[in-house]
Amino acid sequence: MSDSGTLTQTGLVALTGVNKHFGELHVLKDINLSIAKGEVVVVIGPSGSGKSTLCRAINRLETIDSGTIELDGQPLPSEGKTLATLRADVGMVFQSFNLFAHKTILQNVTLGPLKVRKMDPKKAEQRAMELLERVGVASQASKYPAQLSGGQQQRVAIARALAMDPKVILFDEPTSALDPEMIQEVLEVMIDLAKQQMTMVVVTHEMGFARSAANRVVFMADGEIVEQADPETFFTSPTSRRAQDFLGKILKH
Amino acid sequence: MLSVLTDNWDLFRDGFWLTIRLFLVSAVLSLVLGTILAAFRVSPIPALRGVGTGYVNTLRNTPLTLVFAFLFFGAAKMDLALPSPYWAGVGALTIYTSAFVCEVVRSGVNTVSPGQSEAARAVGMTFFQVLTLIVLPQAFRAIVPPLSSVFIALLKNTTIAAGFSLAEAGAIPFSMSERGENQLLTLIWITIGFLILIVPLMFLQRWAERRTAVA
Repeated sequence: MSDSGTLTQTGLVALTGVNKHFGELHVLKDINLSIAKGEVVVVIGPSGSGKSTLCRAINRLETIDSGTIELDGQPLPSEGKTLATLRADVGMVFQSFNLFAHKTILQNVTLGPLKVRKMDPKKAEQRAMELLERVGVASQASKYPAQLSGGQQQRVAIARALAMDPKVILFDEPTSALDPEMIQEVLEVMIDLAKQQMTMVVVTHEMGFARSAANRVVFMADGEIVEQADPETFFTSPTSRRAQDFLGKILKH
Repeated sequence: MLSVLTDNWDLFRDGFWLTIRLFLVSAVLSLVLGTILAAFRVSPIPALRGVGTGYVNTLRNTPLTLVFAFLFFGAAKMDLALPSPYWAGVGALTIYTSAFVCEVVRSGVNTVSPGQSEAARAVGMTFFQVLTLIVLPQAFRAIVPPLSSVFIALLKNTTIAAGFSLAEAGAIPFSMSERGENQLLTLIWITIGFLILIVPLMFLQRWAERRTAVA
């Protein structure tokens, strides 16, 4: 399987020359990005800059027009079982949680391991309870998603992603739909994951999180990666005009 | 008035029994076929979507009488031996009704937020798993009321079979006029018979709606 002769030093996630259009709109312009194992990459930028599309393209919830996306050295297949298998290794946390509405919290976490990994039901349940414990919602295990607060739902969504033992987790604006008082509880879980060397791609507007947990900040505007640097460098001395503008607008207060 | 029924009980009994058999078997088969067609229509494979769309557009716009005619006469012309008039009738009703079931199921699928299937795909589920484990169970609630209408229509559509040598309830008037019975009273009794058949369907609908309302 591994044809490492041509793939020199690619990261766990590697995007090369990725382009995408929504009709006339060129939403991803020649994106090159490599993410190493254990790295936490925060993607920021003004709305409409293509950062969510980029995040969703990594597990092919968005198709791309050209370029390649590789996961652990394997190019993303276009459809079918092989794509499903690859997706199982990529966790995803959505802005609107997307917990399975007709399943209990516990079932939300066990469903993937049971149906995709064919895990033993007892083991899956045990592991799910450990994860729910870890994100602090174990006491809600038998409830339905609609009975939980947004912050709790999002923490369950993180547990659901972790239950698959993913190689990387994608966070698509995980706190943008939350009431302010619930943002912190979700960020704390994410910071905890980052400390444990989980590979993460995080699209967010939470600059505090970017500063404290990111290894690298990627700044996007108009479908392009304009600038990338470690958080300290990026926030104190951004080089591009657009990054300076953007930071000026959000860090004013 | 009652004697019209009791004197000809054999006719009514056999007629309605055939109606019930035509209805139940066609209902189950069209539910299965219609759901498969709906899966085609929402699948990621363009060829399957094309088959589903083509099927629905053709069958939904063909008069049921013509579908019967194709199966009873057209099939014979093409030397396709159909097992029996009963199964030809079931076939015609199923082929026709499944196009409507398909659209009902598909519209139900569309009521489930795309985020649900995205989350399921992100977990690594196959298209079949996404559909059967996540989308259809949630779509069911929206499907129940229109599906009941489709099945009530199917029950009434079984009477078309009378025109094709199947002695179901719709054929009772022919035999009754041979026996010289009152046509108006015959029709009234048949109507009552259909109303009685539809009552359990209405209860089934109400039960299914209550059951799915909780989730």
